[in-house]
Amino acid sequence: MLITIILAAVVYFSVLNFAALHTWIERKQSAVMQDRIGANRAAIILPWKWAAPVNWLLRPLNELGLFHPIADAIKMFTKEDYVPPYGDKFLHTLAPFLAMTFAMVGFAAIPFGDVLILGGQTIRLQVAPINAAVLFIFAMASMGVYGVVLAGFASNSNYAFLGGMRAASQMLAYEITLGVTLVGIVMIFGTLDLQEIVRGQGELLFGWLPKWGFVVQPVAFFLFVTAGLAETKRIPYDIPEGESEIVGYFTEYSGMKFGMFFFTDFIETIMIACLATTFFFGGWQVPYLTANGFNFPWGAFAAVPHPAVVALQIFSFTLKVFFFCWLFMTIRWTLPRFRYDQLMALGWKGIFPVALVNVVVTAVIVLIFQ
Amino acid sequence: MAITTKVIKRPKLNFWHMIYIPEIIRGVMITGGHFWRNMFFHTMHKLGLFKAVQAAVTIMYPEHKRPVAPRTRTRHRLTQREDGSPRCVACMMCETVCPARCIYIVAEEHPDPTIEKRPASFDIDLGKCVYCGFCVEACPEDAIRMDTRILNISAYSREGMKLDIRELLNPNPDYTLVLTRISHHP
Repeated sequence: MLITIILAAVVYFSVLNFAALHTWIERKQSAVMQDRIGANRAAIILPWKWAAPVNWLLRPLNELGLFHPIADAIKMFTKEDYVPPYGDKFLHTLAPFLAMTFAMVGFAAIPFGDVLILGGQTIRLQVAPINAAVLFIFAMASMGVYGVVLAGFASNSNYAFLGGMRAASQMLAYEITLGVTLVGIVMIFGTLDLQEIVRGQGELLFGWLPKWGFVVQPVAFFLFVTAGLAETKRIPYDIPEGESEIVGYFTEYSGMKFGMFFFTDFIETIMIACLATTFFFGGWQVPYLTANGFNFPWGAFAAVPHPAVVALQIFSFTLKVFFFCWLFMTIRWTLPRFRYDQLMALGWKGIFPVALVNVVVTAVIVLIFQ
Repeated sequence: MAITTKVIKRPKLNFWHMIYIPEIIRGVMITGGHFWRNMFFHTMHKLGLFKAVQAAVTIMYPEHKRPVAPRTRTRHRLTQREDGSPRCVACMMCETVCPARCIYIVAEEHPDPTIEKRPASFDIDLGKCVYCGFCVEACPEDAIRMDTRILNISAYSREGMKLDIRELLNPNPDYTLVLTRISHHP
Protein backbone atom coordinates (compact mmCIF):
# COMPACT_ATOMS: atom_id res chain seq x y z
CA MET A 1 0.00 0.00 0.00
CA LEU A 2 2.67 2.46 1.10
CA ILE A 3 4.84 1.42 -1.83
CA THR A 4 1.96 2.03 -4.24
CA ILE A 5 1.43 5.51 -2.79
CA ILE A 6 5.12 6.32 -3.14
CA LEU A 7 5.13 4.99 -6.72
CA ALA A 8 2.03 7.01 -7.57
CA ALA A 9 3.56 10.13 -6.03
CA VAL A 10 6.77 9.69 -8.03
CA VAL A 11 4.95 8.98 -11.29
CA TYR A 12 2.50 11.86 -10.99
CA PHE A 13 5.17 14.24 -9.75
CA SER A 14 7.23 13.48 -12.86
CA VAL A 15 4.27 13.62 -15.21
CA LEU A 16 2.92 16.93 -13.90
CA ASN A 17 6.34 18.55 -13.87
CA PHE A 18 7.07 17.30 -17.34
CA ALA A 19 3.71 18.65 -18.49
CA ALA A 20 4.51 22.05 -16.99
CA LEU A 21 7.89 21.89 -18.64
CA HIS A 22 6.11 21.20 -21.91
CA THR A 23 5.00 24.84 -22.05
CA TRP A 24 8.68 25.73 -21.97
CA ILE A 25 9.59 23.02 -24.49
CA GLU A 26 6.82 24.23 -26.76
CA ARG A 27 8.11 27.81 -26.75
CA LYS A 28 11.77 26.95 -26.99
CA GLN A 29 11.59 24.13 -29.49
CA SER A 30 9.38 26.08 -31.85
CA ALA A 31 11.78 29.00 -31.51
CA VAL A 32 14.86 26.93 -32.29
CA MET A 33 13.08 25.27 -35.21
CA GLN A 34 12.24 28.69 -36.63
CA ASP A 35 15.73 30.19 -36.10
CA ARG A 36 14.52 32.26 -33.17
CA ILE A 37 15.55 32.34 -29.50
CA GLY A 38 12.24 32.06 -27.73
CA ALA A 39 10.83 33.40 -24.49
CA ASN A 40 13.67 34.25 -22.10
CA ARG A 41 12.59 37.34 -20.19
CA ALA A 42 10.90 35.80 -17.14
CA ALA A 43 13.88 36.00 -14.82
CA ILE A 44 14.37 35.74 -11.08
CA ILE A 45 17.05 38.18 -9.93
CA LEU A 46 17.39 38.77 -6.19
CA PRO A 47 18.00 42.44 -5.38
CA TRP A 48 20.26 41.97 -2.34
CA LYS A 49 24.01 42.12 -2.44
CA TRP A 50 24.54 38.96 -0.38
CA ALA A 51 22.41 37.02 -2.89
CA ALA A 52 25.02 37.36 -5.62
CA PRO A 53 25.96 33.64 -5.56
CA VAL A 54 22.28 32.70 -5.80
CA ASN A 55 21.88 35.04 -8.74
CA TRP A 56 24.91 33.47 -10.34
CA LEU A 57 23.27 30.07 -9.98
CA LEU A 58 19.95 31.38 -11.29
CA ARG A 59 21.48 33.05 -14.32
CA PRO A 60 21.58 30.02 -16.64
CA LEU A 61 17.97 29.26 -15.73
CA ASN A 62 17.03 32.87 -16.46
CA GLU A 63 18.81 32.74 -19.79
CA LEU A 64 17.03 29.53 -20.74
CA GLY A 65 13.68 31.07 -19.82
CA LEU A 66 12.93 28.22 -17.43
CA PHE A 67 10.88 30.49 -15.16
CA HIS A 68 8.27 31.06 -17.82
CA PRO A 69 6.12 28.13 -16.63
CA ILE A 70 6.08 29.76 -13.18
CA ALA A 71 5.21 33.13 -14.68
CA ASP A 72 2.43 31.39 -16.62
CA ALA A 73 1.09 29.78 -13.46
CA ILE A 74 1.09 33.10 -11.59
CA LYS A 75 -0.69 34.77 -14.48
CA MET A 76 -3.31 32.02 -14.74
CA PHE A 77 -4.03 31.98 -11.02
CA THR A 78 -4.37 35.74 -10.72
CA LYS A 79 -6.62 36.24 -13.73
CA GLU A 80 -10.33 36.78 -13.36
CA ASP A 81 -12.23 33.51 -13.25
CA TYR A 82 -15.21 34.27 -15.42
CA VAL A 83 -18.33 32.12 -15.65
CA PRO A 84 -20.63 33.27 -18.44
CA PRO A 85 -24.10 34.33 -17.22
CA TYR A 86 -26.79 31.84 -18.32
CA GLY A 87 -24.09 29.20 -18.45
CA ASP A 88 -24.23 26.24 -16.09
CA LYS A 89 -21.93 27.32 -13.28
CA PHE A 90 -21.49 23.85 -11.78
CA LEU A 91 -20.76 22.04 -15.04
CA HIS A 92 -18.66 24.94 -16.25
CA THR A 93 -16.43 24.48 -13.22
CA LEU A 94 -16.54 20.69 -13.37
CA ALA A 95 -15.51 20.34 -17.02
CA PRO A 96 -11.79 21.25 -16.75
CA PHE A 97 -11.41 19.02 -13.70
CA LEU A 98 -12.98 16.09 -15.56
CA ALA A 99 -10.79 16.63 -18.59
CA MET A 100 -7.67 16.75 -16.47
CA THR A 101 -8.57 13.84 -14.19
CA PHE A 102 -9.28 11.45 -17.02
CA ALA A 103 -6.13 12.50 -18.82
CA MET A 104 -4.05 11.75 -15.72
CA VAL A 105 -5.64 8.55 -14.46
CA GLY A 106 -4.26 6.52 -17.35
CA PHE A 107 -0.66 6.93 -16.18
CA ALA A 108 -1.37 4.57 -13.30
CA ALA A 109 -1.33 1.61 -15.69
CA ILE A 110 1.87 2.51 -17.56
CA PRO A 111 4.79 0.22 -16.58
CA PHE A 112 8.00 2.24 -16.42
CA GLY A 113 10.27 -0.61 -15.34
CA ASP A 114 10.24 -4.33 -14.66
CA VAL A 115 10.57 -5.32 -11.00
CA LEU A 116 12.77 -3.79 -8.35
CA ILE A 117 13.94 -6.19 -5.67
CA LEU A 118 14.61 -4.12 -2.58
CA GLY A 119 15.41 -5.81 0.72
CA GLY A 120 13.82 -9.11 -0.30
CA GLN A 121 10.67 -7.33 -1.43
CA THR A 122 9.57 -7.37 -5.05
CA ILE A 123 8.25 -4.01 -6.21
CA ARG A 124 6.48 -3.89 -9.54
CA LEU A 125 7.32 -0.61 -11.24
CA GLN A 126 3.78 0.15 -12.28
CA VAL A 127 1.36 2.09 -10.09
CA ALA A 128 -1.65 -0.12 -10.77
CA PRO A 129 -0.88 -3.63 -12.05
CA ILE A 130 -4.18 -4.12 -13.87
CA ASN A 131 -4.40 -7.21 -16.06
CA ALA A 132 -6.62 -5.41 -18.57
CA ALA A 133 -4.58 -2.22 -18.56
CA VAL A 134 -5.11 -1.60 -22.28
CA LEU A 135 -8.86 -1.46 -21.76
CA PHE A 136 -8.46 0.73 -18.68
CA ILE A 137 -6.29 3.29 -20.45
CA PHE A 138 -8.57 3.52 -23.47
CA ALA A 139 -11.67 3.76 -21.30
CA MET A 140 -10.07 6.70 -19.49
CA ALA A 141 -8.84 8.30 -22.70
CA SER A 142 -12.35 8.11 -24.17
CA MET A 143 -13.78 9.68 -21.05
CA GLY A 144 -11.42 12.59 -21.60
CA VAL A 145 -13.69 13.93 -24.31
CA TYR A 146 -16.45 14.20 -21.73
CA GLY A 147 -14.83 17.20 -20.10
CA VAL A 148 -14.38 18.86 -23.46
CA VAL A 149 -17.96 18.33 -24.59
CA LEU A 150 -19.18 19.46 -21.18
CA ALA A 151 -17.14 22.64 -21.51
CA GLY A 152 -18.90 23.34 -24.78
CA PHE A 153 -22.33 22.62 -23.33
CA ALA A 154 -21.96 24.47 -20.06
CA SER A 155 -20.57 27.66 -21.58
CA ASN A 156 -23.90 28.49 -23.24
CA SER A 157 -21.99 29.87 -26.20
CA ASN A 158 -22.55 28.72 -29.73
CA TYR A 159 -18.87 28.91 -30.57
CA ALA A 160 -17.92 26.81 -27.57
CA PHE A 161 -20.77 24.41 -28.30
CA LEU A 162 -19.64 23.88 -31.89
CA GLY A 163 -16.08 23.43 -30.66
CA GLY A 164 -17.26 20.74 -28.27
CA MET A 165 -19.16 19.03 -31.06
CA ARG A 166 -16.12 19.07 -33.30
CA ALA A 167 -14.10 17.61 -30.45
CA ALA A 168 -16.67 14.84 -29.98
CA SER A 169 -16.73 13.88 -33.66
CA GLN A 170 -12.94 13.98 -33.89
CA MET A 171 -12.51 11.86 -30.77
CA LEU A 172 -15.07 9.36 -32.02
CA ALA A 173 -13.37 9.04 -35.40
CA TYR A 174 -9.87 8.63 -34.02
CA GLU A 175 -10.54 6.78 -30.77
CA ILE A 176 -11.87 3.80 -32.74
CA THR A 177 -8.79 3.70 -34.97
CA LEU A 178 -6.60 4.03 -31.92
CA GLY A 179 -8.23 0.95 -30.40
CA VAL A 180 -8.18 -1.05 -33.61
CA THR A 181 -4.48 -0.42 -34.27
CA LEU A 182 -3.66 -2.03 -30.96
CA VAL A 183 -5.67 -5.18 -31.66
CA GLY A 184 -2.74 -6.43 -33.75
CA ILE A 185 -0.33 -5.88 -30.85
CA VAL A 186 -2.69 -7.61 -28.45
CA MET A 187 -3.02 -10.58 -30.81
CA ILE A 188 0.75 -10.96 -31.22
CA PHE A 189 1.56 -10.75 -27.51
CA GLY A 190 -1.66 -12.49 -26.47
CA THR A 191 -2.40 -10.31 -23.45
CA LEU A 192 -4.07 -7.07 -22.38
CA ASP A 193 -1.59 -6.60 -19.54
CA LEU A 194 0.79 -3.76 -20.43
CA GLN A 195 3.58 -5.23 -18.29
CA GLU A 196 3.25 -8.55 -20.14
CA ILE A 197 3.18 -6.78 -23.51
CA VAL A 198 6.44 -5.01 -22.64
CA ARG A 199 7.99 -8.26 -21.39
CA GLY A 200 6.94 -9.93 -24.64
CA GLN A 201 8.82 -7.23 -26.53
CA GLY A 202 12.04 -8.34 -24.86
CA GLU A 203 12.13 -11.50 -26.98
CA LEU A 204 14.29 -11.68 -30.06
CA LEU A 205 13.15 -12.32 -33.61
CA PHE A 206 15.48 -14.48 -35.73
CA GLY A 207 17.80 -14.50 -32.77
CA TRP A 208 18.99 -10.87 -33.11
CA LEU A 209 16.12 -8.44 -33.76
CA PRO A 210 14.29 -7.20 -30.64
CA LYS A 211 10.61 -8.07 -31.02
CA TRP A 212 9.46 -4.50 -30.49
CA GLY A 213 5.96 -3.55 -31.60
CA PHE A 214 7.44 -1.29 -34.25
CA VAL A 215 9.12 -4.29 -35.87
CA VAL A 216 6.15 -6.65 -35.82
CA GLN A 217 3.46 -4.02 -36.48
CA PRO A 218 5.02 -1.19 -38.52
CA VAL A 219 1.75 -0.14 -40.16
CA ALA A 220 -0.04 -0.09 -36.83
CA PHE A 221 2.70 2.16 -35.45
CA PHE A 222 2.14 4.86 -38.04
CA LEU A 223 -1.63 4.57 -37.66
CA PHE A 224 -1.30 4.74 -33.88
CA VAL A 225 0.82 7.89 -33.98
CA THR A 226 -1.55 9.47 -36.49
CA ALA A 227 -4.62 8.70 -34.42
CA GLY A 228 -2.81 9.40 -31.16
CA LEU A 229 -1.93 12.91 -32.25
CA ALA A 230 -5.61 13.49 -32.92
CA GLU A 231 -6.22 12.41 -29.34
CA THR A 232 -4.04 15.23 -28.03
CA LYS A 233 -6.16 17.89 -29.79
CA ARG A 234 -3.08 19.72 -30.98
CA ILE A 235 -2.11 20.89 -34.45
CA PRO A 236 -2.57 19.31 -37.03
CA TYR A 237 -5.68 18.00 -35.27
CA ASP A 238 -6.68 21.10 -33.35
CA ILE A 239 -10.08 21.73 -34.86
CA PRO A 240 -11.72 21.43 -31.42
CA GLU A 241 -9.59 24.36 -30.21
CA GLY A 242 -8.32 26.37 -33.16
CA GLU A 243 -7.27 29.25 -30.91
CA SER A 244 -6.61 31.75 -33.65
CA GLU A 245 -9.28 31.15 -36.27
CA ILE A 246 -12.09 28.68 -35.54
CA VAL A 247 -13.13 29.40 -31.99
CA GLY A 248 -12.92 26.39 -29.73
CA TYR A 249 -14.63 24.75 -26.79
CA PHE A 250 -12.77 26.76 -24.13
CA THR A 251 -13.78 30.14 -25.50
CA GLU A 252 -15.64 31.01 -22.31
CA TYR A 253 -12.86 29.92 -20.00
CA SER A 254 -10.25 32.10 -18.39
CA GLY A 255 -7.62 31.87 -15.71
CA MET A 256 -6.61 28.51 -14.34
CA LYS A 257 -9.67 26.72 -15.72
CA PHE A 258 -8.40 27.54 -19.19
CA GLY A 259 -4.96 26.62 -17.95
CA MET A 260 -6.23 23.18 -16.99
CA PHE A 261 -7.54 22.53 -20.49
CA PHE A 262 -4.24 23.75 -21.82
CA PHE A 263 -2.41 21.48 -19.40
CA THR A 264 -4.62 18.54 -20.37
CA ASP A 265 -3.31 18.73 -23.92
CA PHE A 266 0.24 18.43 -22.68
CA ILE A 267 -0.62 15.57 -20.35
CA GLU A 268 -2.32 13.78 -23.22
CA THR A 269 0.75 14.34 -25.37
CA ILE A 270 2.86 12.67 -22.70
CA MET A 271 0.25 9.92 -22.42
CA ILE A 272 0.37 9.19 -26.14
CA ALA A 273 4.18 9.28 -25.99
CA CYS A 274 4.07 6.76 -23.12
CA LEU A 275 1.64 4.53 -25.03
CA ALA A 276 3.65 4.67 -28.25
CA THR A 277 6.72 3.75 -26.22
CA THR A 278 4.97 0.94 -24.37
CA PHE A 279 3.28 -0.66 -27.36
CA PHE A 280 5.73 -0.04 -30.17
CA PHE A 281 9.15 0.80 -28.79
CA GLY A 282 9.56 -1.85 -26.15
CA GLY A 283 8.54 0.18 -23.11
CA TRP A 284 11.32 -0.09 -20.58
CA GLN A 285 13.20 -2.69 -22.62
CA VAL A 286 16.83 -2.02 -23.42
CA PRO A 287 17.92 -4.11 -26.42
CA TYR A 288 19.57 -7.38 -25.28
CA LEU A 289 19.34 -6.42 -21.60
CA THR A 290 17.91 -9.22 -19.48
CA ALA A 291 17.39 -9.38 -15.73
CA ASN A 292 21.05 -10.20 -15.05
CA GLY A 293 22.91 -8.42 -17.83
CA PHE A 294 23.42 -7.89 -21.55
CA ASN A 295 23.01 -11.06 -23.65
CA PHE A 296 24.30 -10.05 -27.05
CA PRO A 297 23.20 -12.17 -30.02
CA TRP A 298 26.80 -12.89 -31.00
CA GLY A 299 27.23 -14.71 -27.71
CA ALA A 300 28.89 -12.03 -25.60
CA PHE A 301 27.61 -11.51 -22.08
CA ALA A 302 28.11 -8.52 -19.78
CA ALA A 303 26.80 -8.88 -16.24
CA VAL A 304 24.97 -5.84 -14.86
CA PRO A 305 23.98 -5.55 -11.17
CA HIS A 306 20.27 -5.48 -10.40
CA PRO A 307 19.93 -1.78 -9.40
CA ALA A 308 21.75 -0.77 -12.57
CA VAL A 309 19.39 -2.92 -14.64
CA VAL A 310 16.37 -1.20 -13.11
CA ALA A 311 17.96 2.23 -13.57
CA LEU A 312 18.73 1.43 -17.21
CA GLN A 313 15.16 0.30 -17.77
CA ILE A 314 13.66 3.45 -16.28
CA PHE A 315 16.18 5.56 -18.18
CA SER A 316 15.33 3.74 -21.39
CA PHE A 317 11.62 4.32 -20.88
CA THR A 318 12.11 8.01 -20.07
CA LEU A 319 14.40 8.54 -23.03
CA LYS A 320 11.88 6.98 -25.42
CA VAL A 321 9.08 9.10 -23.98
CA PHE A 322 11.23 12.22 -24.40
CA PHE A 323 11.95 11.24 -27.97
CA PHE A 324 8.26 10.86 -28.76
CA CYS A 325 7.44 14.15 -27.05
CA TRP A 326 10.11 15.78 -29.18
CA LEU A 327 8.72 14.13 -32.31
CA PHE A 328 5.14 15.18 -31.53
CA MET A 329 6.31 18.72 -30.85
CA THR A 330 8.19 18.77 -34.14
CA ILE A 331 5.13 17.51 -36.00
CA ARG A 332 2.99 20.08 -34.21
CA TRP A 333 5.26 22.90 -35.41
CA THR A 334 5.64 21.49 -38.93
CA LEU A 335 2.16 20.73 -40.20
CA PRO A 336 -0.79 23.04 -40.77
CA ARG A 337 -4.23 22.21 -39.42
CA PHE A 338 -6.50 19.74 -41.20
CA ARG A 339 -9.76 21.09 -42.51
CA TYR A 340 -12.82 19.47 -40.92
CA ASP A 341 -13.75 17.44 -44.00
CA GLN A 342 -10.13 16.40 -44.55
CA LEU A 343 -9.97 15.31 -40.93
CA MET A 344 -13.09 13.17 -41.22
CA ALA A 345 -11.99 11.74 -44.58
CA LEU A 346 -8.59 10.84 -43.17
CA GLY A 347 -10.15 9.29 -40.10
CA TRP A 348 -12.98 7.28 -41.61
CA LYS A 349 -11.81 6.69 -45.18
CA GLY A 350 -8.07 6.62 -44.57
CA ILE A 351 -6.62 5.21 -41.42
CA PHE A 352 -9.65 3.30 -40.10
CA PRO A 353 -9.95 0.85 -43.07
CA VAL A 354 -6.17 0.44 -43.12
CA ALA A 355 -6.25 -0.39 -39.43
CA LEU A 356 -8.95 -3.01 -40.07
CA VAL A 357 -6.94 -4.55 -42.89
CA ASN A 358 -3.92 -4.57 -40.61
CA VAL A 359 -5.90 -6.50 -38.00
CA VAL A 360 -7.03 -9.09 -40.56
CA VAL A 361 -3.54 -9.55 -42.01
CA THR A 362 -2.05 -9.83 -38.52
CA ALA A 363 -4.69 -12.38 -37.55
CA VAL A 364 -3.88 -14.53 -40.58
CA ILE A 365 -0.13 -14.35 -39.92
CA VAL A 366 -0.55 -15.10 -36.22
CA LEU A 367 -2.75 -18.11 -37.14
CA ILE A 368 -0.19 -19.43 -39.64
CA PHE A 369 2.72 -19.20 -37.21
CA GLN A 370 0.87 -20.68 -34.26
CA MET B 1 -2.74 41.34 -79.64
CA ALA B 2 -4.47 38.07 -79.18
CA ILE B 3 -5.48 37.11 -75.71
CA THR B 4 -3.24 34.37 -74.42
CA THR B 5 -4.07 32.00 -71.62
CA LYS B 6 -1.37 30.68 -69.42
CA VAL B 7 -2.17 27.15 -68.34
CA ILE B 8 -0.69 26.45 -64.95
CA LYS B 9 0.17 22.82 -64.47
CA ARG B 10 -0.95 21.73 -61.04
CA PRO B 11 1.30 19.04 -59.65
CA LYS B 12 -0.51 15.75 -59.63
CA LEU B 13 -0.49 13.94 -56.32
CA ASN B 14 0.89 10.46 -56.62
CA PHE B 15 0.36 7.55 -54.26
CA TRP B 16 3.18 8.57 -51.91
CA HIS B 17 1.73 12.06 -51.56
CA MET B 18 -1.72 10.66 -50.90
CA ILE B 19 -0.67 8.58 -47.91
CA TYR B 20 0.84 11.67 -46.21
CA ILE B 21 3.47 9.80 -44.22
CA PRO B 22 6.51 10.26 -46.55
CA GLU B 23 5.60 13.92 -47.06
CA ILE B 24 5.25 14.43 -43.31
CA ILE B 25 8.62 12.78 -42.80
CA ARG B 26 10.05 15.13 -45.45
CA GLY B 27 8.59 18.13 -43.62
CA VAL B 28 9.82 16.95 -40.25
CA MET B 29 13.28 16.44 -41.78
CA ILE B 30 13.35 20.13 -42.73
CA THR B 31 12.11 21.49 -39.39
CA GLY B 32 14.07 18.89 -37.44
CA GLY B 33 17.17 19.76 -39.47
CA HIS B 34 16.80 23.40 -38.48
CA PHE B 35 16.25 22.34 -34.88
CA TRP B 36 19.38 20.21 -34.60
CA ARG B 37 21.54 22.65 -36.56
CA ASN B 38 20.49 25.55 -34.34
CA MET B 39 20.81 23.45 -31.18
CA PHE B 40 24.35 22.50 -32.24
CA PHE B 41 25.37 26.11 -32.76
CA HIS B 42 23.64 27.31 -29.57
CA THR B 43 25.62 24.69 -27.64
CA MET B 44 28.84 25.61 -29.42
CA HIS B 45 28.27 29.31 -28.66
CA LYS B 46 28.00 28.44 -24.97
CA LEU B 47 31.38 26.72 -25.29
CA GLY B 48 32.77 29.78 -27.07
CA LEU B 49 33.09 28.14 -30.50
CA PHE B 50 31.77 29.05 -33.96
CA LYS B 51 30.89 32.56 -32.82
CA ALA B 52 30.76 33.70 -36.45
CA VAL B 53 27.84 31.37 -37.30
CA GLN B 54 24.43 32.62 -36.27
CA ALA B 55 22.17 30.15 -34.49
CA ALA B 56 19.18 32.50 -34.42
CA VAL B 57 18.25 35.60 -36.34
CA THR B 58 16.80 37.24 -33.24
CA ILE B 59 18.12 40.65 -32.17
CA MET B 60 17.70 41.04 -28.40
CA TYR B 61 15.98 44.36 -28.81
CA PRO B 62 16.42 46.74 -25.90
CA GLU B 63 20.02 45.61 -25.35
CA HIS B 64 20.99 45.27 -29.01
CA LYS B 65 19.54 47.37 -31.77
CA ARG B 66 19.43 46.78 -35.47
CA PRO B 67 21.78 49.18 -37.27
CA VAL B 68 19.79 52.01 -38.84
CA ALA B 69 20.66 53.15 -42.36
CA PRO B 70 22.01 56.75 -42.49
CA ARG B 71 19.12 57.95 -44.64
CA THR B 72 16.41 56.49 -42.42
CA ARG B 73 13.82 59.08 -41.49
CA THR B 74 13.51 59.05 -37.73
CA ARG B 75 12.13 61.45 -35.11
CA HIS B 76 12.35 65.15 -35.97
CA ARG B 77 14.66 67.75 -34.52
CA LEU B 78 15.09 71.48 -35.07
CA THR B 79 18.60 72.61 -35.84
CA GLN B 80 20.11 75.48 -33.87
CA ARG B 81 22.10 78.62 -34.62
CA GLU B 82 25.44 79.19 -32.92
CA ASP B 83 23.71 80.91 -30.02
CA GLY B 84 21.37 77.97 -29.49
CA SER B 85 18.22 79.58 -30.88
CA PRO B 86 16.29 77.69 -33.55
CA ARG B 87 17.29 78.21 -37.19
CA CYS B 88 13.60 78.15 -38.04
CA VAL B 89 12.28 81.41 -39.47
CA ALA B 90 8.62 80.36 -39.17
CA CYS B 91 8.06 80.54 -42.94
CA MET B 92 5.31 77.88 -42.62
CA MET B 93 6.66 75.91 -45.60
CA CYS B 94 6.75 72.67 -43.66
CA GLU B 95 3.36 73.25 -42.16
CA THR B 96 1.97 73.87 -45.65
CA VAL B 97 3.62 70.91 -47.31
CA CYS B 98 2.83 68.45 -44.51
CA PRO B 99 0.37 65.88 -45.92
CA ALA B 100 -0.65 64.76 -42.44
CA ARG B 101 -1.03 68.34 -41.16
CA CYS B 102 0.76 67.46 -37.98
CA ILE B 103 2.96 70.61 -37.71
CA TYR B 104 1.63 73.61 -35.83
CA ILE B 105 3.72 76.81 -35.92
CA VAL B 106 2.96 80.13 -34.27
CA ALA B 107 5.24 82.86 -35.66
CA GLU B 108 6.49 85.99 -33.91
CA GLU B 109 8.83 88.90 -34.64
CA HIS B 110 12.53 88.16 -34.26
CA PRO B 111 14.44 90.74 -32.20
CA ASP B 112 17.25 90.74 -34.79
CA PRO B 113 16.07 92.92 -37.72
CA THR B 114 18.11 90.84 -40.23
CA ILE B 115 16.00 87.79 -39.47
CA GLU B 116 12.36 88.32 -40.15
CA LYS B 117 10.52 85.83 -37.89
CA ARG B 118 11.00 83.08 -35.37
CA PRO B 119 8.64 80.40 -34.05
CA ALA B 120 6.89 81.29 -30.82
CA SER B 121 5.82 77.66 -30.65
CA PHE B 122 6.57 74.72 -32.93
CA ASP B 123 4.59 71.55 -32.23
CA ILE B 124 4.62 68.26 -34.08
CA ASP B 125 1.95 65.68 -33.38
CA LEU B 126 3.77 62.38 -33.85
CA GLY B 127 0.46 60.58 -33.61
CA LYS B 128 -0.42 62.05 -37.00
CA CYS B 129 3.02 62.23 -38.62
CA VAL B 130 3.57 59.82 -41.51
CA TYR B 131 7.37 60.27 -41.57
CA CYS B 132 7.36 61.25 -45.26
CA GLY B 133 10.19 63.76 -44.80
CA PHE B 134 8.49 66.47 -46.89
CA CYS B 135 9.07 69.03 -44.11
CA VAL B 136 12.81 68.38 -44.34
CA GLU B 137 12.69 68.74 -48.14
CA ALA B 138 10.64 71.92 -48.01
CA CYS B 139 12.70 73.77 -45.40
CA PRO B 140 14.72 76.61 -46.98
CA GLU B 141 16.83 77.11 -43.84
CA ASP B 142 17.85 73.49 -43.07
CA ALA B 143 16.04 74.08 -39.79
CA ILE B 144 14.25 70.74 -39.45
CA ARG B 145 15.87 67.35 -39.85
CA MET B 146 14.81 63.76 -39.24
CA ASP B 147 18.14 62.30 -38.18
CA THR B 148 17.84 61.73 -34.44
CA ARG B 149 17.85 57.90 -34.85
CA ILE B 150 15.07 57.77 -32.26
CA LEU B 151 12.66 55.03 -33.27
CA ASN B 152 11.05 53.94 -30.01
CA ILE B 153 8.26 56.49 -30.20
CA SER B 154 5.39 55.60 -27.93
CA ALA B 155 3.18 57.17 -25.30
CA TYR B 156 0.23 56.28 -23.15
CA SER B 157 -1.97 59.09 -24.48
CA ARG B 158 -2.52 61.12 -27.65
CA GLU B 159 -1.35 64.21 -25.78
CA GLY B 160 1.90 62.44 -25.03
CA MET B 161 2.65 62.06 -28.74
CA LYS B 162 2.94 65.82 -29.21
CA LEU B 163 6.44 67.32 -29.25
CA ASP B 164 6.98 70.97 -28.38
CA ILE B 165 9.83 73.26 -29.41
CA ARG B 166 11.97 72.51 -26.37
CA GLU B 167 11.87 68.78 -27.07
CA LEU B 168 12.50 69.33 -30.78
CA LEU B 169 15.55 71.46 -30.11
CA ASN B 170 17.07 68.99 -27.65
CA PRO B 171 16.01 65.50 -28.71
CA ASN B 172 15.98 63.14 -25.75
CA PRO B 173 16.14 59.44 -26.63
CA ASP B 174 14.33 58.56 -23.40
CA TYR B 175 11.54 60.98 -24.12
CA THR B 176 9.01 58.14 -23.87
CA LEU B 177 9.65 58.01 -20.14
CA VAL B 178 9.12 61.77 -19.89
CA LEU B 179 5.94 61.44 -21.90
CA THR B 180 4.69 58.76 -19.54
CA ARG B 181 5.19 61.08 -16.62
CA ILE B 182 3.45 63.95 -18.38
CA SER B 183 0.49 61.82 -19.39
CA HIS B 184 -0.14 60.89 -15.78
CA HIS B 185 -0.48 64.56 -14.83
CA PRO B 186 -3.06 65.96 -17.22
